[in-house]
Amino acid sequence: MNVVRWLSPSIAVPLAVAGTSAFAADTSAVSDKFRWLTFVVFGVIIGLTMYVTYLAARRVKSASQFYAAGRSVTGIQNGWAIAGDYLSAASFLGIAGLISLYGYDGFMYSVGWLVAYITVLLVIAEPCRNIGKYTLGDILAFRNNPKSAKTVAAISTITVSIFYLTAQMVGGGVLVKTLVGIDYEISVMVVGVLMLAYVLFGGMVATTWVQIIKAVLLVTASILLVVFTWAPYGFSLPGFLQAAVDSVNIQGQVTKLVGDAAKNMTPQELGQRFLEPGLFLKNPIDQISLGMALVLGTAGMPHILMRFFTVPTAKDARVSVIWAMGIIGGFYVLTLFLGLGSAINVGQAEITRIDKGGNMAGPLLAQFLGGGPESMLGNLFLAFVAAVAFATIVAVVAGLVLASASAMSHDIWVGVVRGEKATQDEEVRAARISSILVGILAIAIGILAKGQNVAHLVALAFAVAASGNLPCVLMTLYWRKCNTGGIVAGMIIGSLTAIGLVLVSPNMTYPSIVRPAQEKIIQIADEKIASLNSDLSSAAPEERTKIETALAAQEKTRKVALDTIAKLGDDTTSLVGLEKPLFELKNPGLISIPLGFLAVIIGSLLYRDKRADDMWDELYVRQNTGINAEGATAH
Amino acid sequence: MAAKPMDWIAIDQDPRFQALHAKKSRFLWGLMIFSIIYYFALPIGAAYFTDVFKIKVWGPINVGILFALSEFVVAWGIAWIYARRANSEFDAMATELNRVAHTLGGSK
Repeated sequence: MNVVRWLSPSIAVPLAVAGTSAFAADTSAVSDKFRWLTFVVFGVIIGLTMYVTYLAARRVKSASQFYAAGRSVTGIQNGWAIAGDYLSAASFLGIAGLISLYGYDGFMYSVGWLVAYITVLLVIAEPCRNIGKYTLGDILAFRNNPKSAKTVAAISTITVSIFYLTAQMVGGGVLVKTLVGIDYEISVMVVGVLMLAYVLFGGMVATTWVQIIKAVLLVTASILLVVFTWAPYGFSLPGFLQAAVDSVNIQGQVTKLVGDAAKNMTPQELGQRFLEPGLFLKNPIDQISLGMALVLGTAGMPHILMRFFTVPTAKDARVSVIWAMGIIGGFYVLTLFLGLGSAINVGQAEITRIDKGGNMAGPLLAQFLGGGPESMLGNLFLAFVAAVAFATIVAVVAGLVLASASAMSHDIWVGVVRGEKATQDEEVRAARISSILVGILAIAIGILAKGQNVAHLVALAFAVAASGNLPCVLMTLYWRKCNTGGIVAGMIIGSLTAIGLVLVSPNMTYPSIVRPAQEKIIQIADEKIASLNSDLSSAAPEERTKIETALAAQEKTRKVALDTIAKLGDDTTSLVGLEKPLFELKNPGLISIPLGFLAVIIGSLLYRDKRADDMWDELYVRQNTGINAEGATAH
Repeated sequence: MAAKPMDWIAIDQDPRFQALHAKKSRFLWGLMIFSIIYYFALPIGAAYFTDVFKIKVWGPINVGILFALSEFVVAWGIAWIYARRANSEFDAMATELNRVAHTLGGSK
């Protein structure tokens, strides 16, 4: 099997969910002269998180401490930690990048990531806190057959986390390389080792604090950048947006995006077009499908669910979601300014020169605001933003590793293999061993997946969580007739449908489509190179540099297309042997989520399960009232 | 902790629990459905009512931008409405049930 087929140029357009596009830029954002500054800032932030881990390590002795920080995190702290767990580099860098390149559509895209928390707040957080213990498996095992429920929940938790984690590891490696020029493999290993240190020694206590520190840094950095960006316009929203409309950079970008239509438009109309929908998101059905995966998937994300067990009561869980919504929503509003500010001040040409996906829009804006690439302050700003992005990846990965390790140790080892008969020491030891296994796996995947386009894996993680986990959690909490048969069927059918549909979707690489498209690009580039060369021979000296730049650009385009073809090798079909996609949507949610729910319903109706029936009254009373909920001092 | 087993069926059938259940269900699912409709109105509007989204309202600010910003306000509004209702009403009802749970039913 040729893994290179995973690379899909058809979506080599920036996907904010990706964090970073797969190709590493040759150019790093920090010049060699200022690299030391970046390392100092990175060092300070890493040192701080290590100190927190050291303090946490002394507290983490029981399973309750390792998985749930002893349920002693306050609602406000947990709100910050949820934001830290959730705002990945994809949100921080990717959405600002999308806005800088595509304007309105990038901003519209960010909305679903906040709306997702309404589902979490209203129907998931408090009931789960009331009946659960440490994991998704605990929630599903309450009234269903514990061994079956824990097995499917653990498999799903690990699957979802690995998809998400792979995107984060690859994105993180590329990001650090792009920002400071450290080798990809070393970046991945540094991220992996740091994250493992937090989880291994500090469990949920350290993970929580790393996430809080990261969220505070992220929000502080964003607010500062927005203040500096917005201040020249007297903090007027119309004033700022008018500057975007008037921006030559933005008008030029729109000209590129709309093609021939630009000929009949005035510069003002071109600028205004950037604030209107349709420059990036072309297929509304696909968007609705993604929206469904976000709005329902977030509530089924194991690493997010796990956070609700760290607070003492359901009321604290509610407080934490509300804080998280404030922080996450506020952050996305700020990205509108970051993205447009970067487009106005830095320009799309420079943004895409460093990274084609636009992910460097935020960091480059920081560099500009501090005084530009040659200034000390500019590079200090850039170093700070880069370090925040790095902390972001480590914090998100730590949360994911903790969730997978808990599923392995608490659900599979203690719950299924040992039949709940394990001492505290054994459980904590199992959790630490699992963390090491998952950590090593994460580093290995990160290195093996180098250069792959893992963009769709984040969307896939949300789709699996929305199609498998969420229907099961929702139905077991709210539907009397739900039982083990439904949980097992829902998990399997929901998850497999989501994965299967992506395998036959346009996300995959179809050599028989890619090859002719790339060949056409090469042909056009060749024609342009020929005509530029003939221009060059007769050009006046002052025009020569301009033509030479254009020539170099065409040569680069040609080389990228040749590389893409080379990567296809002799393949004529996609990974699963298809010549063209069987399923037209990039996001499977529209089909797989209803199927997941349907599977839970049919599975439950076909299966007889006395326990699920008998436990319903207890579950329903407890999820609503919190009677007998796991307390803060739980062992 | 639990000295004697709870009679969950008795608690479930207690009028106080039924009242909590009825109030919560109607309120939560109502908000949930409203929020989903409001959210999906944005991509649908952007795709099929593009001309409306382009109408300028305040300088360069158009209906689309206001609508997208309103999504944030609505999400926060829902959180605020829910928190107010839960803090003032649901919590008190749940606390009361926690207090009397042991005395309900025939398990003693």
